[in-house]
Amino acid sequence: MQTLNFEFPADRPPLRRAHVGVVGSGDLEILMTPEQAGTARVRVRTSVDGFDTVWRTVLERFFARHRVAAAFELNDFGATPGVVTLRLRQAVEEGRR
Amino acid sequence: MTSPPPPRNEDTDWTVMLTRTGFIELDARARATALLDDGTARELCGPFDRIESPWLEPQGVVPQSDDGVIVVKGRLGGRPAVVIAIEQAFQGGGVGEVSGVKIAAALSLAARDSRDGTPTAAVLLLETGGVRLQEANLGLATVAEVCSALLELRALQPVIGVIAGTLGCFGGMSIAAGLCTTLIITAEGRLGLDGPQVIESEAGIAEFDASDHTLIWSIDGGAQRTRTGLADVLVLDDVTAIRSAVIEAMERGVPGEHRSQRIGELRARLEAVDPAAPPAPADLAAVWAHAVPQEGDQP
Repeated sequence: MQTLNFEFPADRPPLRRAHVGVVGSGDLEILMTPEQAGTARVRVRTSVDGFDTVWRTVLERFFARHRVAAAFELNDFGATPGVVTLRLRQAVEEGRR
Repeated sequence: MTSPPPPRNEDTDWTVMLTRTGFIELDARARATALLDDGTARELCGPFDRIESPWLEPQGVVPQSDDGVIVVKGRLGGRPAVVIAIEQAFQGGGVGEVSGVKIAAALSLAARDSRDGTPTAAVLLLETGGVRLQEANLGLATVAEVCSALLELRALQPVIGVIAGTLGCFGGMSIAAGLCTTLIITAEGRLGLDGPQVIESEAGIAEFDASDHTLIWSIDGGAQRTRTGLADVLVLDDVTAIRSAVIEAMERGVPGEHRSQRIGELRARLEAVDPAAPPAPADLAAVWAHAVPQEGDQP
């Protein structure tokens, strides 16, 4: 297990917090909490070690398109980059409702 | 991935099968919400309360923010109820210190509310392999608390167990299942104290072949468990069917005597089976039907 922390510039806080996903095989859980500060703070706890660069790339790409100012807690159980991106989009969509 | 044998029942209504909404395909939170009356669900101790297990991270296991147990209060058929759902995808539905205490506390609070004038029934969605190995002793202790709280509540209000999925209900939580007022199960569901793989690794493949799905479902499967009276209601894996079965069970109320109290009957069943020459699974229901408690054998 490995814990990773990232920060990205962001200016659009979501309307409300959101929770999506489960810590199950090939999936992850995301807790998104709105923040006033101009950053997206991401903490990743992943069951798979050694993928720091992949995580950075996936998250950089996501937060370049979705500048959501919030704290993101990701509890990952081996999700692929595609699943991670879909879950992040789902969390952001829930936060808009 | 385990899968049940195909249904052999020639009466299978395929139109119903095709139009159903699979209960087990939902995650635990969605299952709990789907059972309750529309718009009444309110989650207690949710993910943002962040009451996760403190024991997993030091052992290199990623925790989940609700520790895999979802407690939702609301109304069922218009009456107050609490639904406690175990998330089978997280640690195989394994129960740890936090998740176990969430179940026990929810049952205790329902008992307290019932005594204080708000009769509150409970529904347990039991998709679990039992106690989580990483929290073995603490998990076992909480199973005792769950059973104790369940016994407290079932004297006042029905406690309804539902086993819907192929994972099944095993280990310590199968004891809680055995204490339920009514146990609802699907043909895909399984119920047993020790799971097939545990029996195979402890007693050998000759005792139980954990790769033989037909054998497993002929013993642990929902149809067999209902036929032999260890579960009460066999339902289709469908949201509407399961919700109706739960509401019917609630309406039956608290019975004079629970299954787990019929000690004489259970003892007679044990005595009717010779472990050296056990009956075939298909014959067990008939063997047990003739098992009559001895006179004076009261609990």
